[in-house]
Amino acid sequence: MVVDTVLWSRLVTGLTLSFHVIFATIGVAIPLMVSIAEFVGIRKKDHHYTLMAKRWTRGFVISVAVGVVTGTAIALQLALVWPNFMQLAGNVIALPLFMEVFAFFFEAIFLGIYLYTWDRFRNPYLHWLLTVPVVLGAAMSAFFITSVNGFMNQPEGFIFEGGHFSAVHPLQAMFNEATPSKVFHVLTSAYMTGAALLAAVAAFSILKKGVTEYAKKGLKLMMTVLLLFSFLTALAGDVSAKFLAEHQPEKLAAAEWHFETEKGADLIFLGWLTAEREIVGALHIPNALSFLAFSDFNAEVTGLDEFPVDEQPPLLVHYLFDAMVGVGFALLAMSAIFFLLLLWKKRNELNRWMLRAIVFGAPLAFLGVELGWFYAEVGRQPWMIRGYMRVEEAATTSPSIVILFFVFLLLYILLGTMCVIVLRRLFRDNPAEVELEKAAKAKADAMQAQTQEAGEHA
Amino acid sequence: MSYEILGISVLWIFLYGYLIVASIDFGAGFFAFYARITGKDHLINRLISRYLSPVWEITNVFFVFFFVGLIGFFPDAAHYYGSALLVPGSIAIILLAIRGSFYAFENYGSKKNIVFLFLYGATGLLIPASLSVALVLSEGGFIVETNGVVTLQYLELFTSPLAWSIVALAVTSVLFISASFLAFYASRAEDKPALDLMRGYALFWSTPTIIAAFTAVLYLSQHNNRHFQNMMDLWWLLGLSVVFFLIVLWLLYKGRRYGWAFICLMLQFLTAFFAYGIGHYPYILDPYITIQGGATQEAMGIALVVVFIAGLLLLIPSLALVFRLFLFDADYVKGKK
Repeated sequence: MVVDTVLWSRLVTGLTLSFHVIFATIGVAIPLMVSIAEFVGIRKKDHHYTLMAKRWTRGFVISVAVGVVTGTAIALQLALVWPNFMQLAGNVIALPLFMEVFAFFFEAIFLGIYLYTWDRFRNPYLHWLLTVPVVLGAAMSAFFITSVNGFMNQPEGFIFEGGHFSAVHPLQAMFNEATPSKVFHVLTSAYMTGAALLAAVAAFSILKKGVTEYAKKGLKLMMTVLLLFSFLTALAGDVSAKFLAEHQPEKLAAAEWHFETEKGADLIFLGWLTAEREIVGALHIPNALSFLAFSDFNAEVTGLDEFPVDEQPPLLVHYLFDAMVGVGFALLAMSAIFFLLLLWKKRNELNRWMLRAIVFGAPLAFLGVELGWFYAEVGRQPWMIRGYMRVEEAATTSPSIVILFFVFLLLYILLGTMCVIVLRRLFRDNPAEVELEKAAKAKADAMQAQTQEAGEHA
Repeated sequence: MSYEILGISVLWIFLYGYLIVASIDFGAGFFAFYARITGKDHLINRLISRYLSPVWEITNVFFVFFFVGLIGFFPDAAHYYGSALLVPGSIAIILLAIRGSFYAFENYGSKKNIVFLFLYGATGLLIPASLSVALVLSEGGFIVETNGVVTLQYLELFTSPLAWSIVALAVTSVLFISASFLAFYASRAEDKPALDLMRGYALFWSTPTIIAAFTAVLYLSQHNNRHFQNMMDLWWLLGLSVVFFLIVLWLLYKGRRYGWAFICLMLQFLTAFFAYGIGHYPYILDPYITIQGGATQEAMGIALVVVFIAGLLLLIPSLALVFRLFLFDADYVKGKK
């Protein structure tokens, strides 16, 4: 039997990335949330927020560990599974890959300091300042890696001759035209997902244990952040679509099932495709695709017919695309409704249906991130580096890749399960209320000791 | 100096850095486990976790740094090593993944678990053993390219005395370096029982280390005589290494100046590591990749060097802060903070 090593290589990489992106998203987003909570805590002199920052960080380091090891895995797999890709592209995109390691290094150092210095500074803002390099380092990591992905979609900064890249401009390759819209979309959606996750945690605790001051404050803070970033994510999605229409039209055309180039193109929402490429049961919104792509209802949108059949992305990306967009708008709507209920005095924003929706919002947001990456990667097919290297030219030829798929699958199941178990144990055995009481008691004891000491001196 | 020489020098310095910090980390894992099963964990485990907790991620990044830098400076390395190492490289990934995550689960999670500690200790020896194989492969004869297909000769690798002697050197060095560092850390913490224990371990592992080193050089002379001769031309570097080793031994034996002992140990490995590395020139993978032939485009090479320098300017103050807060802050080391 001949093993399709290309397919299995794609599966191994897809598996690692699908798993890693969960932790990468958490890794980018949570530092910002911690930073916001600690800052609010210091400003308002409210120890609830400080405790929030502490507890989130404690959970965060566990997920960071998984993020670090899966990140190491994908860094190595790039060379092990796609040796020819790295040999060719390494000449042009080594710079952002190299800088990503620096950014992560920077982040890891300050995260280490942040974790172990909660009570070592007299001025609380000094400790808060440590979150700045962590947040920046995480965002820079996302920027550099996304720019590599941008390069794969929109390769620039070289001359291609004799099967090699020459006259390389590393900066031009890094700041390729795909980078700005991609980075904007990746960052906003990561922050949105992080906020959705933490809001869900707070909502879940209210559903299970009733309303507490602590959970209520956490929920409101994170819903605010969610509202902001789900709006920005929608904006970023629009920017990305406009980029695709101009520079990578086959990807947008495949996502929108836009088969023929035409002016005033309709937007096709939902539906499915028959074997004869006929669209059934879809919602046709007149001229909307032209408007979405070029802000002009009569603009011409390039269709798939302009590309040779063997260079067209698979049409199933339409489902991925629509589901991703659906998730984004669902989260925006959810956070907007929460604030309408909050402002509309007769209504209770903490009603059970609202809370259940918020809890459901966390897995939904992660699903949205996964769908987005699947769309980005499948939509680039058949290219590894668009226009220069096809996926089958890049992959390893070793049949061992089949076994490795299952070995890595096992590893990720193990890591994922352990991570959940450890996180559950960490928080179930130590609820926020108990910690608050402990902190209050410690403070009272310290006060008492101080007054006693003062009494003795007097 | 041409950019490719600059590049490989930078990478080699980084690999040396990884050798030291990772050895401390890997060995500490083994000692933590060993102390638990021999009932001495109360003596040293708190010491180990106090040092390791703030720095474990930093150690891992050193490795990724070297790896990404190597591929960046020498993209051909991705083709040869990447193709040949799919299976052993994946095993190393899995070991690193288990080690890193289980360390965090054990340390930041709430319950102490003997299985986590076992995995942590066992991977501490298996990872250096598996990573050191990459050095064996670079000597040539194990990775073969026929008609453009790169394969790894497993049988020759597993029956090669050179391979086994380098693996033995890696494992003994890890234990020697780690024990010496922890002895120094214990002396700073003024923790007498831990100090005695770690000093004993350090003295114990010094002899196997030097024996393994000489054995490896001996087998190298049979396997790759060119490399061996190049190293012999650097006899003074190797000689210095032996001198530093003797100083370490003497200081450990006398039981004083552990800081100096550790610095001498670092110099011992530095000189030996560079004698080995310079002797390797001009090959990255004998005979397929040379430093000149396999280097990346000049513009990329220069960009990488610039980034590297800028990155160092950012990282050195940050690392200094870490060391000031955790390694040289006497109160923290003693556990008062």
